[in-house]
Amino acid sequence: MQIEEKKPLIAAFCCNWCSYAGADLAGNNRLNYPDNVKIIRVPCSCRVDPTFILRAFQRGADGVLICGCHPGDCHYTTGNYYTRRRMTLLFSMLEYLGIEKERTRVEWVSAAEGAKFAQTVNEFTAAVSALGENRRLEDLRCKE
Amino acid sequence: MQRINRSELIKAAAKLIESGEADRVLGWKKGEFDYDVTPYVFNSIDEIEKDFVWGDFCGANFSKYLIKETAKSDKKVAVFLKPCDTYSFNQLLIEHRFEREKVCVIGVSCSGMADIRKIKDTAGEGIAKIEEQDGYLNVFTLYDGIVKIDSKDALAERCLCCTKRCVVYDELLGDGENKADNDRFAKVEELEELTEEQRYAFWKSELSKCIRCNACRDVCPACTCEKCVFDDPRSVLENKAAANEFEEKLYHIIRAFHVAGRCTDCGECSRVCPQNIPLHLLNRKFIKDINAFYGQYQAGEKAGQRAPLVDYTTEDREP
Repeated sequence: MQIEEKKPLIAAFCCNWCSYAGADLAGNNRLNYPDNVKIIRVPCSCRVDPTFILRAFQRGADGVLICGCHPGDCHYTTGNYYTRRRMTLLFSMLEYLGIEKERTRVEWVSAAEGAKFAQTVNEFTAAVSALGENRRLEDLRCKE
Repeated sequence: MQRINRSELIKAAAKLIESGEADRVLGWKKGEFDYDVTPYVFNSIDEIEKDFVWGDFCGANFSKYLIKETAKSDKKVAVFLKPCDTYSFNQLLIEHRFEREKVCVIGVSCSGMADIRKIKDTAGEGIAKIEEQDGYLNVFTLYDGIVKIDSKDALAERCLCCTKRCVVYDELLGDGENKADNDRFAKVEELEELTEEQRYAFWKSELSKCIRCNACRDVCPACTCEKCVFDDPRSVLENKAAANEFEEKLYHIIRAFHVAGRCTDCGECSRVCPQNIPLHLLNRKFIKDINAFYGQYQAGEKAGQRAPLVDYTTEDREP
């Protein structure tokens, strides 16, 4: 019996207006990206509370990706500018606590950038795979 | 050793009560021991003369108490604020947590507060009395007689690098300035230089001491939400000890993040922590990053300034 290699689990928060449509476009264009990425649609990237990210790790994610409109293109004008500041500080803090910084990423993906979405997810999955399972922010009660 | 003495503080408070400007005073009251000074609302001059204390253990920051205290009556409340407390006071005014008109602020110069834990490390348990004399603390212990400690060695962590001055007051006692020359980010930088594994191990050992008493949250002048995520039963981490490492981290990251950009670095969180976790190192990391990424910023320094996390520029750095 062949033992299947465990794929990393990625949670991707995608904003409703750009990145979610971008991910949809990637599918429409038949672009390949790993099936282990779970897309969570949020109204705006600034809806992502730091708790969401930590929760995702708790529930078994090995990496968390946040995708939003390009700065300046936010549907709500300024939402992603706040995301940018918050995530900069949060990721810096996670690194300070000794959590690998490759496990978190923010990427700006517009509705027309299906290819960028697929490429981002491919790269990110590869980076997280290299790190292996998330051990430093795991909650064993949530593991199968 | 405090430069201002107790009688000057009492005189200032008595004047406000006598003139009818304020009808009560928020100050420090003598506790069971010399070192466990407690916040108290004094209602008369007699009470103040009897129980009011001012000394090296008056660390408590009264800014947060004003939210509830000012709501109690239409009369003004007088309050003693040390230089670091005035920043928290300003920050709360920026956030519209109470009305400035309902408070008489007596700014008090402070030469740094003593940390009882440092004293206990040297003198041991069983401290009956602590007196100060010529820059030394005479600690009267039950078992080892009198132990003499240099006041500088007993200074609280936060006072070692305090350069704050009274930024808001109606009356000022002393010059209201502090000039410590230690770098407050030294320890943060030291941690940043460690490897990922070492940092992880450091924080694991520190945060695993947490008993989730919520003291750091309750005392924090920036934590003033009426509803807190940590009290919400749906959050799964309401008022209970952390079940595992993840919950410890979740609590402390969220607590520090929530006050990022609003934290004035008053150091109350570390002071009240019964487990002696250096919580200020989490707050200072955020302050250091904010200074590096978005320009020098001191929360509470000026009335009306915008906190960095509710502000942005189009040229901000990418995460």
